[in-house]
Amino acid sequence: MSLFNLRLSEVHDRLHHRDLSVQELVEASISRIGETEGRIGAFLTLDEEGALAQAKAMDASASPERGLLFGLPAGIKDNIVTEGLRTTCASQFLSNYDPIYDATVVEKLKAAQSVTIGKLNMDEFAMGGSNENSSFQLTRNPWDTDHVPGGSSGGSAASVAAGQVYFALGSDTGGSIRQPAAYCGIVGLKPTYGLVSRYGLVAFASSLDQIGPLTKNVEDSAYVLQAIAGHDRRDTTSANVEIPDYTAALTGDIKGLRIGVAKEYLGEGIDPQVKARVMEALKTFESLGAVWEEVSLPHTDYAIATYYLLASSEASSNLARFDGVRYGVRAEDPANLLDLYKKSRSEGFGPEVKRRIMLGTYALSSGYYDAYYKKAQQVRTLIKRDFDQAFERFDLIVGPTAPTTAFRIGEQVGDPLTMYLNDICTIPVSLAGVPAISVPCGLADGLPVGLQIIGKPFDESTVLRAAHAFEGQTEFHKLRPAL
Amino acid sequence: MSITVKDVEHVANLARLALTEEEKEQFTGQLNAILKYADKLNELDTTGVEPTSHVLPLSNVMRDDVPAASLPIAKVLRNAPEAEDDQFKVPAVLE
Repeated sequence: MSLFNLRLSEVHDRLHHRDLSVQELVEASISRIGETEGRIGAFLTLDEEGALAQAKAMDASASPERGLLFGLPAGIKDNIVTEGLRTTCASQFLSNYDPIYDATVVEKLKAAQSVTIGKLNMDEFAMGGSNENSSFQLTRNPWDTDHVPGGSSGGSAASVAAGQVYFALGSDTGGSIRQPAAYCGIVGLKPTYGLVSRYGLVAFASSLDQIGPLTKNVEDSAYVLQAIAGHDRRDTTSANVEIPDYTAALTGDIKGLRIGVAKEYLGEGIDPQVKARVMEALKTFESLGAVWEEVSLPHTDYAIATYYLLASSEASSNLARFDGVRYGVRAEDPANLLDLYKKSRSEGFGPEVKRRIMLGTYALSSGYYDAYYKKAQQVRTLIKRDFDQAFERFDLIVGPTAPTTAFRIGEQVGDPLTMYLNDICTIPVSLAGVPAISVPCGLADGLPVGLQIIGKPFDESTVLRAAHAFEGQTEFHKLRPAL
Repeated sequence: MSITVKDVEHVANLARLALTEEEKEQFTGQLNAILKYADKLNELDTTGVEPTSHVLPLSNVMRDDVPAASLPIAKVLRNAPEAEDDQFKVPAVLE
């Protein structure tokens, strides 16, 4: 555990001086998983043997070349395909799926020489915000195991927070990296749409999905982003932009930075303690020489309806591939081909996935397309304009990551609409496609609160610089759950 | 607009889902609640607003049509519930 409290640069320093071996790092991860996994339940698949063998080979290698993430034990959300390592999306449908290739981000992690420990739990097909929609197991919040870790990248957030892995990859469609990072008291970054390749990420809502890092501090987030960002010809929505040196942005200097505080994210429904932590964070920014004032994102109130129509429509189309023919679990004794599709899908998908497929199919169906799908796409334009206009006056927009801290397990099951409203601060950002990070900004009744810092498209550098400067003035990122 | 159990059955068929009676009831109620909530979008006048399908200014991404190696068949069939003669196998399509 103590090893994982070191910053990446410190770990690499000790590896360099032979004061620490990759094997020791991997053994620390395995032993911590052994101590805590019974209470956390973060992993769906573990590859301890593979990780140890890789560690030993790395220690034995005489090559002076070292990747950016050399030796770091990593966990990967279970909707990112890993060749030869079971990938389930936390769905019964894919409970036996053995990927035949690596996602681009997994290739990139291999090139950066991190060590994959295993695959992390999530809400089924990334649909949910609590991990209660996993069809295999509950993941619990390390700060209080009666509470959810958030989601859908809940396994990723809980594992990093519990000190099981050094960092994790997650995916974010409407808040699925940032919200669990906030609930678990760690750093979670959703990059600009298109910055990180989606090749090998099992698609949920293709116009929104984006992969990003979950780490214990901002510097590590910058390193992991550096390793995974970049154009990929296998993802046609991958942006062909120059990738800057993200760690070079971590200067600590944010003097004169203009911050807009999203008024709508601090209105009705926001826990007063969460609001208080955000207001305190603004004082910290002030002390660093940044200036802030309120900004309005007037269409915020329409974002959740827009998101559920668009994301569910895209999901209903994307999940049509799960037909029981080429992979996944096929239902037994189908009467004919149609019956095979229906039975396999009905047995393989859980309730939330079925609900969203139904909603999306309805919204796309003949007669309703204009009223729901097209209307939502038009409102998406208005929401994006809110951000465009705010960024004419401000370098960053700041607010809470989630309206409350982690809720209790079971508290919101059976009430999908209330569950959806938890995402009010993260969904508009996803619809606009801009980058955002969640960093710890204190506790409320013993549970972590996340501060969300939102930037202009492809300006991850300013987001990271502000987050890093904030972290430098505070101790919140050093708080650890008494697990 | 209110959704009936009959609508749910129709949509379930389009989505290739076989729902139980209980699920049909449940989804009818839940979809009505969600769509009622979504009706708030009609408060906004979107006349003349371009739809956003995608935030990046990308349209057709072209590449040269160069032949390249495909995945090996054995690998592709590795996850198939049933395969025969290097092909995916399904129940008879024609009765």
